[in-house]
Amino acid sequence: MSYTPKMREQIKKVEATRAERVKQNFPRMNPEQKDNVLKNFHPDYIEASMRALPVGVNKGDRVPHELADLIEARSRVENIKFDLEDIAYDVDVLVVGGGGAGASAALLAQEQDADVLMVTKLRFGDANTVMAQGGIQGADKENDSPAIHYLDVMGGGHYTNVPELVRALTMDAPIALKWLEYLGTMFDKFEDGTMKSIHGGGTSRKRMHSARDYSGAEIMRTLRDEVRNRGVRVIEFCSVVELLLDEDGKCGGAILYNMETGEYEIARAKTVIMAVGGSGRLHYQGFPTTNHYGATGDGLIMGYRAGAKLAFMNTIQYHPTGAAYPPQILGLLITEKVRGLGAEPVNIDGAQFVFHLETRDVEASAIIREVKQNGKGVTTPTGMVGVWLDSPMIDIIHGPGTIEKELPAMVRQFARFGVDIVRDPMLIYPALHYQNGGLLIDENGMTNVENLYVAGEGAGGIHGKNRLMGNSLLDIVVFGRRAGKHAGARVKDITVKKLNMDHVASYHKELEDNGVDTAGRVSPLLLPRYTHRIDE
Amino acid sequence: MGQEHEGINIFIMGKKYKVPDSLTIMNAMEYAGYQLVRGCGCRAGFCGACATIYRLKGDYDLKVGLACQTKVEPEMYLTQLPFFPAQKSEYNIQELKATAEQISQFYPEIFRCIGCNACTKICPQDLKVMQYIGYAQRGQIDRCADESFDCVMCGLCASRCPAQIVHYNVGILARRLFSRHLTPPAQHLQNRVEEIESGAFDKEINELMSADLIELKRRYNERDMEA
Repeated sequence: MSYTPKMREQIKKVEATRAERVKQNFPRMNPEQKDNVLKNFHPDYIEASMRALPVGVNKGDRVPHELADLIEARSRVENIKFDLEDIAYDVDVLVVGGGGAGASAALLAQEQDADVLMVTKLRFGDANTVMAQGGIQGADKENDSPAIHYLDVMGGGHYTNVPELVRALTMDAPIALKWLEYLGTMFDKFEDGTMKSIHGGGTSRKRMHSARDYSGAEIMRTLRDEVRNRGVRVIEFCSVVELLLDEDGKCGGAILYNMETGEYEIARAKTVIMAVGGSGRLHYQGFPTTNHYGATGDGLIMGYRAGAKLAFMNTIQYHPTGAAYPPQILGLLITEKVRGLGAEPVNIDGAQFVFHLETRDVEASAIIREVKQNGKGVTTPTGMVGVWLDSPMIDIIHGPGTIEKELPAMVRQFARFGVDIVRDPMLIYPALHYQNGGLLIDENGMTNVENLYVAGEGAGGIHGKNRLMGNSLLDIVVFGRRAGKHAGARVKDITVKKLNMDHVASYHKELEDNGVDTAGRVSPLLLPRYTHRIDE
Repeated sequence: MGQEHEGINIFIMGKKYKVPDSLTIMNAMEYAGYQLVRGCGCRAGFCGACATIYRLKGDYDLKVGLACQTKVEPEMYLTQLPFFPAQKSEYNIQELKATAEQISQFYPEIFRCIGCNACTKICPQDLKVMQYIGYAQRGQIDRCADESFDCVMCGLCASRCPAQIVHYNVGILARRLFSRHLTPPAQHLQNRVEEIESGAFDKEINELMSADLIELKRRYNERDMEA
C-alpha cells in the first residue's frame, strides 16, 4: 500500500528540512537527559506491566505478566506417563535450537569429538539470527580494542552486565569474526580484504561488520551449510518440552516432541545446550514484534522449572525502528544500519528530535516521547502512529545508489508494498525486539544447573539491562562456540545417572503450596496462537 | 480487529475461505484458522520457509511468493511448498578450489541447464537465478556469489527446474568459495586475533573490570567518539 495523498503532503515537510539536516549535527543527550527519557517513557518502567514471581529460584523478582503467565503454568506433559529408560537417542551433547547459537555450539562440540544431536522446533536456520540485518560487532580495527568495546557494552547496559561475560564477549569477538571469515562468510570488504565497518547506536568506534543487510542470514546459511557438511545429526520440527535431570540433580537429557505427529521421545545426553532463543512472540505489553515465529520463551520456562536462575528478565529491548506503515509489515525490523548510514528520525513537522545513534533504549524512548507527550507523530489510515525515518538522506551523504547497494532487503520489503525508500522516508515506531535477560550463564555458557548450558538470546547477563546493536549476532557466535567447546570437552568425564522428572513434580507442588492459580495454563508455549484474528 | 475489511474469497489447497483483503497470505491462512507449523518462519521475508504457489481464477499461469510478503487477491488458489527434497553435496570448504570444475564436481547437473529461465521467473526475491547458474558454469564465482547473494533458499527454483538443478545450493557453495578462497583475509583481523592470544589486552580489560562504578561511568562518558 503506497503512501496516501495526505501522507504525501506530510512527507513534503521532511523533504523541506532535509538539506539543512544533512549539514547539521544534532546533539547527543547527556547522562541526565538519557535517564530522564528512560524513566518517563521506556516501557520497562511501567510498573503495572510486571509482577513478582511466586515460585522458583527467582521468587520475588518482577517479570512481564506475559512471561509470568507461562511460569505460573503447569507442564505440558504433566499427565503423561513416560518410561525414562526407553531412550530413543543416547548422545554426548544435545543441542536444542537451530539458530546461530545452536549451529555454532554443534560445530564446536563436534570438534571435541562429541556425538552431537541437534533438535529444532522449526526448520534448521529459521531463527532470529536470519533476521539480524545490521551487523556484528568486533574490535578488529587499529583504533579500536576489546577494552574500548568492553566500555561501550558496559555503558550501553547501564553498568549492570556481568563483567566476566562482557570480557568473554569482547575478547572473543575478533576470534569469532576470524572463524566466520575462515568458514567463508561473505562480509562486506574492500578489495584488499579490509573489513568495511560502520557505527551502531552506542558504539564509540566503527566496529559494525556486515554482509549487506542480510548479515544474520549470511552467517546462518554459512553455519548451516557447515553443520550439514560435517554430518551433524539434525532433527527438524522437533521441540523439547521438558528437561530431564539425573539422580544427582544434573541435567541429563530432555523430552522431545515431534511437532507434526505429536509423538514424544526420550533423549539422554551428558550435556544439554539450550539455544532456543527469545520471547518476542509473547508480545509484552501488546507490542508488535520483529521476532521470529518460534520466539516463545520455551527455554526460559523449561530451564526455570529445572532450577536455573533467570537474570534481567524485567528488561526488554524495544527496537527504535519497527515498521509502522504499510500495515502488512507492521513491526517489521528496520535495521539499525539505516541509522548507521545516517538516516535521522524526524517528526510530523519535519524536525529531528533525537540524535540518530543513541543506544536503542534511549532512541526508542525518545520516539515514544515525541509521539505520546509531544503529539508530533504521524497517524496512518489504520490508526497506527509513528515518526519518519529519513532514508533518502543516505544517498545524499554517501552518494546515489548507496541505499540499493547497502540495504537491498529493506528496499525490496518496502517495494513489495508500494513504498520506495530511496525516494521517500519510512514511517517507524518502536517494536518489541529482544529479551535483554535470560537464564544466567557463566563464561562457559553453563547455568547453575550442572551440565545445562544456554547460548544465544536465551542467556542472560551479557548485555545487562540493554544490548547494543551488533552484539547479538556476536553473542550467539561467541557463546555458542564457548558452550559447544566446554560441553563437548567435558562429556568424557560425565556419566549420566538414572533420569527423572522430579523437578517438574516439585515445581507443581510449589505452585500449589503457594496457592498459585494456573488458570488452566500449560507451558512451554511452543508456538503463538494467531488463528482467527487479523493483526499480529 | 476494529476496522472494516472487505472480504474476499481465497482457496487454501482448494478449500474456500472468506478473508479480509488487506492480509498477507500468511495472515489470511491464520485468519482462516490454520495453526501453522511448517510454512512459517521469520514472518519477515528472510528465512524462506513460506514459499507459496498460487494462481488466479481463470488463469493457467502459476505465480509464487513468500506467504509473509504477498497480499491475498480475490479468487486466489494457493498451496505452500514448505519443504523440497533437494540434494546437497557435502564438502570441506577449506580443501576446495574456486573453479568451475570444483562446482561441477559437486553439482554436475548445472551443465544440463536448457536455458528455459523458469528459475528466474519463479524467484520470489527477483534474483537472476539462471544468470548466476551461468556464472557458475563459466567459473565466474565472484559474479555468481554477488548475483545469488539475496537468496533465502526457499526452494522454489529447484521445484521448477527441468534439469533438476538445485540452484540455491550452487549459490551457497559459490559464496563460500568466493569468500574463503577469492577474497583476501582481513589482515587487521588476523593481527588483532594474534594480539588477543598473546595477552596484549588482558591488563587493560582487567583494569576496567576492577574499576568502580564512578570510574567506569567517568570513562564511558568521556570516551572519544570516532567521527
